[in-house]
Amino acid sequence: MPPRLNIVVPVKRVIDFAIKPRINASKNVIETNGVKFSLNPFCEIAVEEAVRLRESNKDLVESITLVSAGSSKALDTLRAGLALGADRAALIETSEIDDSRSLELEPLAVAKLLKAFVEKANANLVIMGKQAIDDDSNQTGQMLAGLLNWSQATNASKVTVDGASGVVTVAREVDGGTETLSAALPLVITTDLRLNTPRYTKLQDIMKAKKKKTEKVTPADLGVDITPRLEIVSLSEPPKRTGGDKVDSVDALIGKLKDVGAI
Amino acid sequence: MPSRPLLSTAICSLTRSSRAIRWRVAVSQRPTNVRHERTYWATACRRNNLSEDDRRMLQEAREEDEADVVIVGGGPAGLAAAIRLKQLEQEKGKEIRVVLLEKASDMGNHTLSGAVIEPTALNELLPDWLEDPPAPLTPVKSDKMRFLTEKYSIPLPAPPQMHNAGNYIVSLSEIVKWLAAKAEEVGVEVYPGFAVNELLYDNSGAVAGIATNDMGISKAGAPKDNFQRGMEFRAKVTLLAEGCHGSLTKGVIKKYHLRREKDVQTYGIGLKEVWEVPEQDWREGEVVHTMGWPLTSQVYGGGFMYHFGERLVSVGLVVGLDYANPWISPFREFQRMKHHPLYSGVLKNGKCLSYGARALNEGGLQSIPQLIFPGGALIGCSAGFVNVPKIKGTHTAMKSGMLAAESAYNAIASDTTNESAIALYDYEDRMKQSWVYKELNEVRNVRPSFHTPLGVYGGLVYSGIDTLLLKGRVPWTFHHKTSDAQATQPADKFKPIDYPKPDGKLSFDLLTSVARTGTMHDEDEPVHLQVKDRDAHTKASYPKFKGVENRFCPAGVYEYVPDETKTEGVRFQINAQNCIHCKTCDIKVPAQDINWVCPEGGDGPKYMLT
Repeated sequence: MPPRLNIVVPVKRVIDFAIKPRINASKNVIETNGVKFSLNPFCEIAVEEAVRLRESNKDLVESITLVSAGSSKALDTLRAGLALGADRAALIETSEIDDSRSLELEPLAVAKLLKAFVEKANANLVIMGKQAIDDDSNQTGQMLAGLLNWSQATNASKVTVDGASGVVTVAREVDGGTETLSAALPLVITTDLRLNTPRYTKLQDIMKAKKKKTEKVTPADLGVDITPRLEIVSLSEPPKRTGGDKVDSVDALIGKLKDVGAI
Repeated sequence: MPSRPLLSTAICSLTRSSRAIRWRVAVSQRPTNVRHERTYWATACRRNNLSEDDRRMLQEAREEDEADVVIVGGGPAGLAAAIRLKQLEQEKGKEIRVVLLEKASDMGNHTLSGAVIEPTALNELLPDWLEDPPAPLTPVKSDKMRFLTEKYSIPLPAPPQMHNAGNYIVSLSEIVKWLAAKAEEVGVEVYPGFAVNELLYDNSGAVAGIATNDMGISKAGAPKDNFQRGMEFRAKVTLLAEGCHGSLTKGVIKKYHLRREKDVQTYGIGLKEVWEVPEQDWREGEVVHTMGWPLTSQVYGGGFMYHFGERLVSVGLVVGLDYANPWISPFREFQRMKHHPLYSGVLKNGKCLSYGARALNEGGLQSIPQLIFPGGALIGCSAGFVNVPKIKGTHTAMKSGMLAAESAYNAIASDTTNESAIALYDYEDRMKQSWVYKELNEVRNVRPSFHTPLGVYGGLVYSGIDTLLLKGRVPWTFHHKTSDAQATQPADKFKPIDYPKPDGKLSFDLLTSVARTGTMHDEDEPVHLQVKDRDAHTKASYPKFKGVENRFCPAGVYEYVPDETKTEGVRFQINAQNCIHCKTCDIKVPAQDINWVCPEGGDGPKYMLT
């Protein structure tokens, strides 16, 4: 009997990609006052991929569940994901961690939360973004696969599911080119940029998304301790670019290079 | 084909009563099918290059939905109208569906203002708003007016309009976010990220609703992989709340002749930045307004600096767009103004957090068009209720939204037949009897008094007398005789202005500033600044005005790039991705051949704390 996919798509609410983040120097946190937040672009690609899997093969996908860990503001992000075509959503509410301290929710803690959630939801496929654009960790997917003891195919740029056998073929972008893996379910896939271009959400879908179910759980419900294990020592903006010098001749160039000890 | 009576004359000739009345169409019943007048994205020549498949996709039937009231634009006016409608629903019982559409990706992202707001309208709309106030909300503690010369600042007596006791310094963007949350609480359907370029009409020519933009169209006008057809909303009443110089509003004013016997609208451009300064330079609640330097006596405008929030300073410059000298660059005037000791004293150790610009109405009472059209009305800055001497328009915009809501609710509640388009007569009547018109009438002669050859000095003298003594109680009304576009004079009548280079600490270059707006448009989407023929435009505009578009745009959208293959030696380039939706180009371009339309929903700036 061909396997049916019970997909969980973890998503994250991050500062919008078009905005330049700023540091609140006095509090040693990222400035989040008045700043626009949106769905992490890689997570959006993950939701889109799950929806496309369903559209390509009617019987393949049983359900698509979104999950996010954060404050109640993440409900907006979940609704955006529901409007893309997911069936239901869940919020793991970490109310003590507000926007400005979001770095305190570390990848390992998130991976543990997701492990508990995925097991509860009885999923057999996790599709998630390869990294969040705020901390750029690229760790959560791999850690989750390790904790669940599932196969993992990260940085995916193409995903094909064989409906009959349940084997998933994933082309992933690595430094040397493209690597193709094939794995059996259950599987964790993390998405890279070129996997797909997410669709625009239709107004009708946004209206329907309001009616879809969103449940709330707490880390305690899942039995996970999310106390941060890392301490942020300091936060600073990258050093400002200083101007360069123009030289008139090759000799002058060599002279300058010697001065700075480059040759 | 049924004949269409000339709607505007029909409206003008009908007697007005104090209740909204049904506007009877001489012809047929209010039909259920709407006639589509579509404004295409791509210009006609490009349209012809589309394949049959593409054309079919673009004209696919759209999904339809119905609402009682659709509001285009989620600013203070639109949100006030939406909230008021739902309040009336609670009071009176008849349920109505209110849908509000906003082109910004999130509420407040395209909102920019000084701002010092007068809470009169807010007190009427939400009497207990202070129990759950927006943030930041800083009561005004002190008020200063100064006349600047290059080095000095001379105190000026402030007219009564400029006394700000009881007012609040806010970020209007945050106020809009707060109002949007309140609107959703009372059941308004708020949909940011959807732009509207198309009105739907019924067979009688009345507005019957709106259609949202198609998304996913390429630069050439063809549907892309993620093409998504827009959606139609039929509505009994359509309120246009697009803000200053709205794109749909422009079309509606033209179609229904709403400016007949009214003055043209005149505008200013407001540019501002939000800074964070150290504690010792910050004086909470201080409001400073300046006139004079760097603007010359022939240019209307003034600077402002408000201390609010937590060590935040809002600093900006408004420049009247009726300036004649095409070498003026409002952006560079703003940047050099910050070097004046009055401003640099506060900003010198600070950090610039955000930048933005927007056109604003300066026409006053004389320039308000007829507010109603069959099937809808104009509210807020789309009509233009800014009190220029007060430099406040938020309270009047909100009040207009509230009055339109009351009028619309009554009309819909008493509409049992749904036979013809609704005309909100009593909205226009109520506006004329409200404190909005009283206020605007009092100051109607102030701004036009600056149009004389005496320039700023003549204006200051007359305004002083008018605001302190006469208070508008005179039998004459000055008029705006020319539009801002017509006021521009050829470049050879003036010398090019040598603006100082930005120092990167107090003043900045254009592209750094544009990066601070967070503006974003897809690379592959049609250019939303429509110019029929760029070569013809260059030929008409460049020799005479020497690139005025380059200078009035606060985002570097327009460029004349050297190009030997063209007759003028330059090519007109439109960098539409930089656009921050200020509408200045549509207003100021001398030949009026740039038509601003909404790009895809969600595009544009993502303003922070503006």
